[in-house]
Amino acid sequence: MMPKLPVFLRLAAFALLIAFLLQPQWFEPLLRPLVQDNAPVIYNQGSLLQLTLLHLRTVAMATVAATVVAIALAILVTRASGAEFLPLSRSLVNIGQTFPPVAVLALAVPIFGFGEKPTLIALFLYGLLPIFENALTGLTTLPPSVMEAARGAGMTGGQRLVKVELPLAMPVILAGIRLSIVISLATATIGSTVAAKTLGEVIIAGLQSNNLAFVVQGGLIVAALAVLLHDGLQAAERKLVARMGR
Amino acid sequence: MIGVPGSACRCRRRADTAGRESGLKALRFDKLGAIIAALALGGAFIAPFATFRANRIVAGEAKTIIEALPLNWSTGLLLVVLAAAAVAAFRSPVPLRLVAFAALAGLAFAIGVAAGFLTPAGNSYARISPASGFWVMLFAFGLLAADALTRLRPAPFVRIAVLVAVLAFVGILLLSGSWDGLSLLKEYASRVDTFWAEARKHVTLALGSLVAATIVGIPLGILCHRVTQLRDGLLGVLNAIQTIPSIALFGILIAPLGWIAANIPGAATIGIRGIGVAPAFVALFLYSLLPVVANTVVGLAGVPRDANDAARGIGMTDWQRLVGIEFPLAFPVILTGIRIVLVQNIGLATIAALIGGGGFGVFVFQGVGQTAMDLVLLGAVPTVVLAFAAAIVLDAVIEMAKPNNRQAEAR
Repeated sequence: MMPKLPVFLRLAAFALLIAFLLQPQWFEPLLRPLVQDNAPVIYNQGSLLQLTLLHLRTVAMATVAATVVAIALAILVTRASGAEFLPLSRSLVNIGQTFPPVAVLALAVPIFGFGEKPTLIALFLYGLLPIFENALTGLTTLPPSVMEAARGAGMTGGQRLVKVELPLAMPVILAGIRLSIVISLATATIGSTVAAKTLGEVIIAGLQSNNLAFVVQGGLIVAALAVLLHDGLQAAERKLVARMGR
Repeated sequence: MIGVPGSACRCRRRADTAGRESGLKALRFDKLGAIIAALALGGAFIAPFATFRANRIVAGEAKTIIEALPLNWSTGLLLVVLAAAAVAAFRSPVPLRLVAFAALAGLAFAIGVAAGFLTPAGNSYARISPASGFWVMLFAFGLLAADALTRLRPAPFVRIAVLVAVLAFVGILLLSGSWDGLSLLKEYASRVDTFWAEARKHVTLALGSLVAATIVGIPLGILCHRVTQLRDGLLGVLNAIQTIPSIALFGILIAPLGWIAANIPGAATIGIRGIGVAPAFVALFLYSLLPVVANTVVGLAGVPRDANDAARGIGMTDWQRLVGIEFPLAFPVILTGIRIVLVQNIGLATIAALIGGGGFGVFVFQGVGQTAMDLVLLGAVPTVVLAFAAAIVLDAVIEMAKPNNRQAEAR
């Protein structure tokens, strides 16, 4: 859906992001008009670079776990032995996506305490849905003729899965993972309302001290990460798919 | 069976099931049902049913079903749970599996009874809340009910009727006071006025921004459909907006709206302010635009060329074609966009509380701040119920909008 940014724009955005994370004070004049006279312009309660890395780590951990579980579940419910679970798992994905992330996060707090854990749980549960949904779509919409041919060639169920079904479904699955990462990047900021170390901390500090520069820099870093990761993953997907000969 | 007329088909299927039931295969395990039954039995016999706390802050004391309920109630509940678990575990006819609703109702009644039973007479500090066993059983029977309903494939209006019946049941329980002893309801009782004020704000934010996005988004979508050069640019901008995290977008809008309120005469008097409802409303509106515009474009692009040609052939003007042909055919796709927006907005409106915009998020964030689980639930449960109900109703409406469409295409 997202139109591809031209390569040079993407590289420029990446360079700007890195420069901002390493040397935020260079950008002080740009953000100065957003704050009242004596207020700090650049987030001063921690390193932006460190928060960005922690933010990415949280998203990465949750996404890896969500990917493994979602694909395993999708494989399970699309085998003959798990077919009974298929209709329900479809409706569960629909139901799950109606749960607001804030609610998931807030409800995880009493069980897992404050900090990174409830955020990881919320991101994991929330990230499961798009990956699972896409993996289901990918594995249930394979061309019947191909499946027939694989069966005819005498492939076992496991061989069909690894050599035919998963490779064919891969583009759709990867798109699901990409969607999940973009959603998680934004949702992770909400994790800072329960004291997780993410870029949300910068935004919330800005909201609390009425410092617009904080809000803008936190928000723009996350948005830049989302756009760059989205584009990068899309490019990687295309290469991978091309290499697989499709 | 495909192609057999409806009535004959149904007879044969019924005969099939009857045959299976009378045979030895009747007692085969249902895989999903066996898991549900195991969950439910674990919830009933191993996990605690309710938590007793001497006051709002101290740690709780777990109570099993036997401890939490008077004898006749605990026996009754356990029997219902056992019966429902048995129905679930074995391959039983689908309508029988709707016994899940009876089990859910039993749980709902029992937790209210437990609250009354566990609270010492005259003690207004004690707090009773559902414990893990209750939630596990609720989840298990919720799954069973969802599975049975999925397998029955009810017509759209039946789904809405089920939703209304469940909501009415919960409403009656709430009004009758049978849950008044629960901690959650005590939190509610001490905040009745603010609760409804925040509820109104929440709904106004979610629905108002949706209406605004629909009014602006559909014409924008039509424009994008007609003017191809505009499409990529506009959709690109709307996509970029989606990547800005919600709390940041809410925050960023504080500045321009504050400026408008201060510098444009009359803006402040109609309620535009830097913090509060205005930035939340605008943020939700901006997030809502993409699904509405994109789905309008996709819907219009999917209108069959023949339909357009035919309309042109009988001399319809552009405008007549849009209103009479294109828009009705694209309507289900546009509705899908509206469904996405509504469900998303109901969830996102909770964030408005962070910038003083109100809504159920107020209770969620207060509760998180005070580590008061009941307060979190007071905000989270209505939000989830609203989002869920909105999704069911709109899904049903979309499905109802579709068959006409298919008939029109077939013609």
